[in-house]
Amino acid sequence: MALINYRKAINDALAEEIMRDENVFIIGEEVAEYNGAYKVTEGLWKRFGDKRLVDAPISEAGFIGLGVGASMLGLRPVIELMFWSFAFVAYDQIVNNAGCVRYMSGGLINCPIVIRGPANGGTNVGATHSHTPENILANVPGVKVVAPATAYDAKGLMKSAIRDNDPVFVMENTLLYGEQWEVPEEEYLIPLGSADVKREGTDISLIAHGRSVLIALAAADILAAEHNINAEVVDLRSIRPLDEDAIVQSVRKTHRAVLVDENKPFCGVSAQIASMLQEKAFDDLDAPIGRVNTLDAPAIYSPPVEKLQLPNAQRVVSKALTVCA
Amino acid sequence: MQSVADSPTSAAAEINRNLTAEQKIAFLRDMFRIRRFEQVALKCYNQGKMGGFLHLYIGQESVAVGTISLLGENDHVITAYRDHGHALAVGMSMNECMAELFGKATGCSKGKGGSMHFFAPDKNYWGGHGIVAGQTPLGLGLAYALKYKGLRGCCLCYMGDGAVNQGVFHESLNIASLWDIPVIYIIENNQYSMGTSLERSSAFKNSLSERAEGYNIAWDSFNGEDIYEIRAKTQIAVDRAHNESRPSVLEIATYRYYGHSVADANAKKYRSAQEIEDYKTNHDPLRIWQKTLIEEGVIDEATAHQLDLDAKHEADEAVKFAEESPFPTEADIFKDVYYEVDNETGSGKRGKHFFND
Ligand SMILES: Cc1ncc(C[n+]2csc(CCOP(=O)(O)OP(=O)(O)O)c2C)c(N)n1
Ligand SMILES: [Mg+2]
Repeated sequence: MALINYRKAINDALAEEIMRDENVFIIGEEVAEYNGAYKVTEGLWKRFGDKRLVDAPISEAGFIGLGVGASMLGLRPVIELMFWSFAFVAYDQIVNNAGCVRYMSGGLINCPIVIRGPANGGTNVGATHSHTPENILANVPGVKVVAPATAYDAKGLMKSAIRDNDPVFVMENTLLYGEQWEVPEEEYLIPLGSADVKREGTDISLIAHGRSVLIALAAADILAAEHNINAEVVDLRSIRPLDEDAIVQSVRKTHRAVLVDENKPFCGVSAQIASMLQEKAFDDLDAPIGRVNTLDAPAIYSPPVEKLQLPNAQRVVSKALTVCA
Repeated sequence: MQSVADSPTSAAAEINRNLTAEQKIAFLRDMFRIRRFEQVALKCYNQGKMGGFLHLYIGQESVAVGTISLLGENDHVITAYRDHGHALAVGMSMNECMAELFGKATGCSKGKGGSMHFFAPDKNYWGGHGIVAGQTPLGLGLAYALKYKGLRGCCLCYMGDGAVNQGVFHESLNIASLWDIPVIYIIENNQYSMGTSLERSSAFKNSLSERAEGYNIAWDSFNGEDIYEIRAKTQIAVDRAHNESRPSVLEIATYRYYGHSVADANAKKYRSAQEIEDYKTNHDPLRIWQKTLIEEGVIDEATAHQLDLDAKHEADEAVKFAEESPFPTEADIFKDVYYEVDNETGSGKRGKHFFND
């Protein structure tokens, strides 16, 4: 299998879907002639032209609203946000229009849009550019949210997102764009709503999404090598819909859980999962559930300190040791 | 730029010269239907038969009826929360609209939208939107989709005079002009946004629509009390959209007789009783149109009166229909949230979509 980076995997997914369906088009800032602020759409404008790759002015509310309106008439816009942090200027369009139009019309109108872009900290760009709004968006019934951790997952989830008939928001990660994974040549889809066990284990479940999955995997290596603890790593992949069965199944096996989540702690994705686990796996738990989140303050700029603010393997290991004690 | 002075006026305009007597009478009928529907709805609202807001369109009927009368197969309509008039004008039935107000399962949105959220995609009617100016990029997107698909059409996107100060409207204007999108923004200037007069909310030189000048968008500003005038002026924008794929901004002067919403207790405080009376007496679009048709010999007083009675009867029947209809069930709360769940697709069956337990 070829090694392909996360960026290229998404690029391939977009190209394949543009070719498959004439209603798919990409719109966003710098997506066409400039090849994408993070080069995710590199080469697509050259291949597919102005109709399918549309450079928009810096008007997130305007072009996301345009995408919602166009999708109501059957187009399938894939909207790039340069950063998910910029979604807030378009929050009304995302929540009130994309999120509610099907419901308020009694199911008469569909909104098959995808909004995608990076949602992560760790790049020293300060608080305004480091938000991870997957928890906020997943709070809205009517929308779907996915957060791929690998190139393989990014490609398969992106293709499913584009084919889905509901609004799907894809949370990417600038720190992963250059990372490589094995990706098959032949076409595949990864369904929304299915988690993936990234590492089998018996002693504790580390449950994560997005880049935190890689942190959990690194922590699992340390736990095995230095503490003789065999951790299982569950990658949610999809936040809403959520594969609760996979989570519960893992905890039934290991009886312990640490949730790793780049969200801030208050009502982060991990808070939802902790609440669910205490209801559904209370008797299976041998210890309280632990959480490792981004430290609860706006994202600090200072490069060495930002590293400490984000979840990291060492913090996961310490938390796991407490939970296993 | 198009201004009132250099456009052909009203009755003599080609689009009006060719109207049949039946078409002219239909406009009157449609306006009576909107007015009677809302008067009856208001009565029911005051009897506690519905919840939420009820934004009445009474006084503005000519705008929806006149503009929508120009539309063809590939022309679309979207508006804000004051949406009953447009809904009836596109051909929605009083029954489905009244039932929606009553929160019934037989309502146009199955009781899930309410007064502000009427929809009928089969009639090219895309709502009914509660957030001020939130619909302005959606109208842009509908028109964008028409162009993308190579269809000759346009989207009429209605908004209030208060909505012009929302940022997303300006983003939409810029994109509409930049990309030659056939969207027509119709500012229904009823001079108030809730209790704030135009003068107290908007900075402008001669008109609100003139702001379009800065975006190199054609604009016009005209009186909305006369259907001929509305049709003549709006047709210019429709032609522009159809033939040149260019946007327009039209500002139509109009007036609402009731409060902002029924719950608007201050209706008579921020404007004088004389002002309201003057509009009702001298500028009422129904009276004016009826008078025109009588003068033209198209209709007589008795026939006009009969149209009004029929409209009232239809509205009363709609109330019966609404009252006899069932409410949605508790299980219906979870329907129409996700396409994939409702249609039991693979995607809809995998993972948890609702987090109640
Ligand atoms: C974003 C937003 N802000 C405030 C409101 C509350 N609100 C509803 S209607 C309205 C006045 C709007 O007036 P205008 O645009 O002139 O329309 P009209 O009611 O006269 O038809 C306000 C402030 C809202 N619905 N949405
Ligand atoms: Mg107004």
